[in-house]
Amino acid sequence: MFKSIKEKKAEPFMNPYKAGIGLGLVLLLAFVIMGRGLGASGAFTSLVTAGVNAVDSVHAQNNGMYSSYIGDGKVSIFKDWLVFEVLGVFAGGFISGFFARRIKKDVEHGPRITNKKRLFFAFTGGMIMGIGAKFARGCTSGQALTGGALLNAGSWIFMLAIFAGAYAFAYFFRRQWI
Amino acid sequence: MNAPFYKYDIFSFDQSLIIAFIIGIAFGFFLERAGFGSSKKLAAQFYFYDMTVFKVMFTAIITAMLGLFWLSYFGFVNIYLIELIPTYVLPQLIGGLIFGVGFVMGGFCPGTCAVAVTTGKIDGLFTLFGMMFGIFIFGEGFPLIENFYYSTNAGELTLTEYLNIPYGVLVFIIVIIALLGFYGAEILEKKFSKKYEKLAR
Repeated sequence: MFKSIKEKKAEPFMNPYKAGIGLGLVLLLAFVIMGRGLGASGAFTSLVTAGVNAVDSVHAQNNGMYSSYIGDGKVSIFKDWLVFEVLGVFAGGFISGFFARRIKKDVEHGPRITNKKRLFFAFTGGMIMGIGAKFARGCTSGQALTGGALLNAGSWIFMLAIFAGAYAFAYFFRRQWI
Repeated sequence: MNAPFYKYDIFSFDQSLIIAFIIGIAFGFFLERAGFGSSKKLAAQFYFYDMTVFKVMFTAIITAMLGLFWLSYFGFVNIYLIELIPTYVLPQLIGGLIFGVGFVMGGFCPGTCAVAVTTGKIDGLFTLFGMMFGIFIFGEGFPLIENFYYSTNAGELTLTEYLNIPYGVLVFIIVIIALLGFYGAEILEKKFSKKYEKLAR
């Protein structure tokens, strides 16, 4: 307790408009250098595919989703642009958090719910989100953000649907957050 | 100069992976700076008392959109070489609704839960495991939903083509909508943060 008072406090978050400009410039850089946008869920699909492929490669190769991530099988599933990008996201998040003194073991939730329930919702929500991202062929990074800036029709449909779905169900999860 | 560089074979695939890692670092950095490693801050968007998600996301979208528009206007970037995810109307609509429910329930999206994990958030770790389990369920069930997955295919389709509005005009309209959105977000935030002041602590 005494030590935590002496320690410097965590820095406040960056102004959202400044952070948005930073994020937008990173995305623009990806467009200019790579001719593609950012992403996240695709890298985790590679990871899941690698797992399934390791357990039963015949099963994986006969499945339309897994096989599209395996490719011709000559290169490793992990030798993928999004996999390396997401490794960077982990590193970048840590670097930012470290210098802002925000690295802290924590379970975040509102005052009206226990840690245990929060972790149940975190897992279940993640599961639902993962399924949704696969249907949409991307997540908030690959579709909403990237496709949003590219004026991609399907990405805008996806983005508006995210907000619609989340606002429609926010009432049922209010005890978790407020 | 010809951009996108990678599409003009200015560097190899192996080199592109190094670039992926560096771009990822910058991406993760700004996600964390914005406060997106925090589920409470992300979920607050859906209760109107902290509209950071909307502000950051739309600022990023208009920044990249304007940048790309001008770079292509002056002939620096060949915009047609930038990869576009094809539009599948119904799967993306339904996928978005499902994703939204998962987002307000779990409190993260895939990129932000990665940032949450590296800053020590256990709920982020659970969301990450849940997401991978969800992808696994989708993969195992894929043969059953394959028809739906490939339905309502509109190909590579931009809003400019779909709405038949010139690129520059649409960019201008979206910037105006975003600016009005920011103004509205500030008002909503003030109103609802007072309402939830005691609870939000």
